[in-house]
Formats: sequence, structure tokens, C-alpha cells
Amino acid sequence: MVDAPVPVEAAPQSRRRARNTRARRDSRAGVLLVSPTVIVVVVMVVVPVLWALILSFQRIRLLQLRRLDILGGDYTLRNYDLLLGSSDFVAAARTTLVYSVFGTTGAIVLGLIAALLVRRSFRGRGLVRGILLLPYVAPVVAIAFVWQVLLSPQLGFVNAVGTDVLGWDSPIPFLSQEEGTITVFGLSIGVPTALLMVILFESWKSFPFAFLFLLARLQAVPADLEEAARVDGATPTQVFRHIILPQLMGVIALIAVLRFIWTFNAFDEIYLLTGGGAGTEVLATQVYSFLQARNDVGASAAVAMFMAGVLAVLLLVYLKFFGERDRQP
Amino acid sequence: MRRNRWSRYHIEVAALRVLRPLGIAFFVLITLFPFYYMVLLSMREVSEILESPGQIFIGLGDVTTAAYERVLKPTDEGGEGFVRFIVNSALLGLGTVVATLAVSILGAYAVSRLEFFGKRTVHFLFLAVYLFPPILLAIPLFVAFSKMGLRGELWVLVIVYVAQTLPLCVYMLRNYFDTVPVSLEDAAEVDGATRLQVIRKVTLPLAVPAIAATGLFTFMIAWNEFLFALLFLVEERNNWTVSLGVQQLTEIETPATTLMAGSVILTIPIIVLFLFAERLMTEGLTRGAEKG
Repeated sequence: MVDAPVPVEAAPQSRRRARNTRARRDSRAGVLLVSPTVIVVVVMVVVPVLWALILSFQRIRLLQLRRLDILGGDYTLRNYDLLLGSSDFVAAARTTLVYSVFGTTGAIVLGLIAALLVRRSFRGRGLVRGILLLPYVAPVVAIAFVWQVLLSPQLGFVNAVGTDVLGWDSPIPFLSQEEGTITVFGLSIGVPTALLMVILFESWKSFPFAFLFLLARLQAVPADLEEAARVDGATPTQVFRHIILPQLMGVIALIAVLRFIWTFNAFDEIYLLTGGGAGTEVLATQVYSFLQARNDVGASAAVAMFMAGVLAVLLLVYLKFFGERDRQP
Repeated sequence: MRRNRWSRYHIEVAALRVLRPLGIAFFVLITLFPFYYMVLLSMREVSEILESPGQIFIGLGDVTTAAYERVLKPTDEGGEGFVRFIVNSALLGLGTVVATLAVSILGAYAVSRLEFFGKRTVHFLFLAVYLFPPILLAIPLFVAFSKMGLRGELWVLVIVYVAQTLPLCVYMLRNYFDTVPVSLEDAAEVDGATRLQVIRKVTLPLAVPAIAATGLFTFMIAWNEFLFALLFLVEERNNWTVSLGVQQLTEIETPATTLMAGSVILTIPIIVLFLFAERLMTEGLTRGAEKG
């Protein structure tokens, strides 16, 4: 592509026409190039979601699938009625909210502390940064089972240390105990043990996500502002509070929204750790058990649509407050 | 300004000087320990673990590879047949990478470079996919593929994974394309190259690192994926992925050592890939995030 002589003739009119054809050609090329992506997303996501909406208004059991016709059938509110009157559903919705709020908060707090610690360079910083990302990239199945074994009453390391070193009376079944009591200074406090464990797991597994993005943002905080504050006698905590934190708020808000949504949607973690037992049943695991154990497609679709509805509302609120950010996915 | 030796400033600075390395050590410990524990347990005898569950160092003489033999041996020799699952996971991962890249390179290029009708709608569509509960998609896809009798097929899962990974890939690649100067392409176009030639000869060679990073991400997502593998493949043992194979170990009575050996086999490829390409991948992901 080196030497082709470029014809430079520039009557204004033909140039305008050239620009027009160019725009039209670009537009056609754009549609053409983006169409495989759009087709995959429409066929595999948009249509299924719409169909799930329809399913949620039908009474369908998995065993009847062969006789099922796609759009026909009687429409009924039975699935939604069933849910709203079900204490299991309300409990799962509550647990999902608690799990998402605390899981997200835990991940962000851990991620922020880690990012502040690793911010300035030291020997081995690159390695430490890589290590801290491992919980996020490792297969969820593997790390969930490691935690399960770690917390196991019979052969788990945590209970071994607890009984041998910390003087616990008996091992704690962390993942199957719905409610335990902690006694502090003679005061007994009820603790939802298993729920607390899955929240801890979620925070541990997801803090690297917050860490990575906060570290990237911290790197872009201009040094002169901090320097000026220090010269004026600001202590490190004051610098953090008044100079660094305000600049991080945008990223923190974005991470919070993303993490909340993903934690809200999470199925793997809870299914693998507790199977949804001991007070850890969330909406996602309930969808699965309706679908698999109870063969009730309609009810499972109704729970899933409820989840999508909640997320849609949250997203609208977020977009209203923070405006549309073109740069984000 | 004069500072007293015991002023708040000095106390804080001194405290941080001590707390910072401690904090870093703490984080390294809590992230690494579960992985270390996984490897450790996979190489011990079950009876020994039950006897001394708190022991976290073992002598070389006590190391046993029995759990790995059991996991990897084919089922007709009394093993769990994980070699087969490794092949399945690898095929599934590679298929997903190739298909996703082919589709997302074109899509990302279009979104980055060209003005076309419906561009904003496409953006919105991507956002929606990324944030929808996967479990919501699982229901209609499960029903549809069951009805078609295709549910246990690996290639069906490839299509599902492509749909799941496309938004992230388009996002990462578009961020990269945005940094490649348009002038390079204009020059090629003036020389008479068509749009596809421009992409192939000019843009793609420049984007190789970004494409590699995106491909690695896709592979890792496909390798790690659990929900759809569980829903679609559980009745087809021959098509199980490593993730599903490990989880199914818990459905039968399996010693913790075998479970940990399976987990190690599941984790190693991911850690190797990640350590090998960490910088490449994290830069691709956070590019653009610096602006807040």
C-alpha cells in the first residue's frame, strides 16, 4: 500500500458527494459488521428473556415439555400469586438483599484497603498485585470446595484451630448452622452463621475486582495535590479523607452497582457452599430448585422475572443519579 | 510549620510505616492460604487429616499422589475419568474463544469506528446482557434445548458461552480500537483497500495484544463456568467439564483428598494462564477506568 498515486481533484461539489457516499458506505459497513454480534445476542438473550416472561405466566411443568407449544397455552397469574403468598419466596428475597448488600460492601472495603496498601511501589509489588487477584480468577467450584473443607467440622483447619488453640467447646458447623450465638462479655448475640460465611466468601472472592479498578484509579490521582496538602500539614488520614476518597467516589459507585448486580444474580457460590440450606437460600438458588427439583418451569420463570425487575429498577435509579456513562460496558 | 515529635502527623506516619507491610502480608496470606491448603490436602492421606486437621506442613515422605491417580484414571479402571473432562473443557474453551473473537472483533470495530443507525441501541443491548441474571436466561434455554433434544451437546454450550462473553469482549476490544489512530486506516483506504482489507491488514496486526488478552479472558470464563454446564450436561457424563466433574464428586461419597485433587487440576490451568498474561489482561480490562 505504498505508491498508488492519489488523485487530487477537488471540485467542492464532488467532494461533498464523496463525503455523503462515504458516510453511507460506513453506515452500511457498520450494520454489516455488527450484525453477527446483534444476531447472537438477540437469538440467545433477548428472545429467551421475552420467552421467559411468557413462561412466567403459564403453568408448565418440565415433564409436559414435549407437548408444550411455544406461545399457546393458557395465561395465568398463578405463578406470581403462588410466590407472593409463599414465605419461602419472601425469605429468599430478604436473604438475597442481605447477601448482596453485605457481600458488595465487604468486597469494596477489602478492595479499597488492599489498593491503598499496594499503591506505592515496593519490591515485589507486581507479584503481590498478581497474587491478590487470584481469588477472582480461580474457578468458583474449586475455591468453594476449599472453603467447604476449611470450614468442615470434622477435618477443617478452622475448627482445628478453634478447638485446639482458641478453646472452643465443640467444632462449629459453619455452613450448616442457621443460627449460632456469640457470647461477648456475657452478652449473647444471635448470628446467622451460614449466611455470614457465604457473605465472607463472596467478599473474599470479589474484593480483587474492586482492588483492581481502585488501584487503576488511584494511579491516576495527581501527586501534586497530595503533596501540597502534606506540606500544609495534613496527616495521612486527612489526605485520604479529603483528597483521595473524593476522587475515588465515582469508581466506587460504579463498582458498587456492578458488584451488587452480580452478587444479586449469583448462583454458584451459594449452591456450591451450602446448597441453599441453613438460611442461605437466595432467589437464584430458588429459581434453580423450582426448575430442577420441583420441575415447575412457570414458577421458576416468575422468580427469575422478579429478579430482573428489581435489577431494572435499580439500574434506572443509578442511571438517573449518575447519568449515562458512554465509556462503560 | 513546626511539628511536634508526638503530633498526630508523626504518629500516623509511624503507625502506617508498621501497618502497611503487615497489611500487605495479611492480604497475601488470606489470598494464598486457601490455594496452599487445597494443594496440601490433595497430597495427604484422609486418615491423617482426620487425625490432625490442624497440621499445615507435611514432610516430603508423607506426600501421596493417590488422590490424583484416582481422579485422572478412566472410570473403567476405577477412577473418575478426569482426563476426558479436561479434554471437554479445553475444547469448549477453545471453541468459545474462536467463535467469540470472530464475532466480537467485527462488532467492536464497527462500534469503535463507524457511525451507523442503531449504534446506541446496540450499546444498551450489551449493557442489558451483562447485567441480566444468568439464571433467568438458563430457564428458556434449558427448556428450548431440552425440547430440541440438544441439551447434552457440547457445541450447544459453546453458543451459550459465546452469548455470555460477547459483551465483555466487544467492550475490551472496542476500548483498544479506540486507541489505534484512525489516520493509519485512512491511509490504507486512500490506497484503495476495502473495509475488510483495512481491518485484516492494518487494524488486526496492531490489536494482537488486545485480542490475545480478550481471548484469554474468554477461555477462563468458559473454563470456570458452572451453572450452564450443570444444567445442560449433568446427564451426559461423557461431556462433563472439569468444573462439573469436581462438583459431581460431592454428589457421591468422595474423600476430601480426591475433591481437592480435582480442584487442583481445575485451578492449575487458570493460574498458569493468568500469571503468564496478568498484565496484558488487567490492562485490557481497566483501560478507560482511570478517567473515573
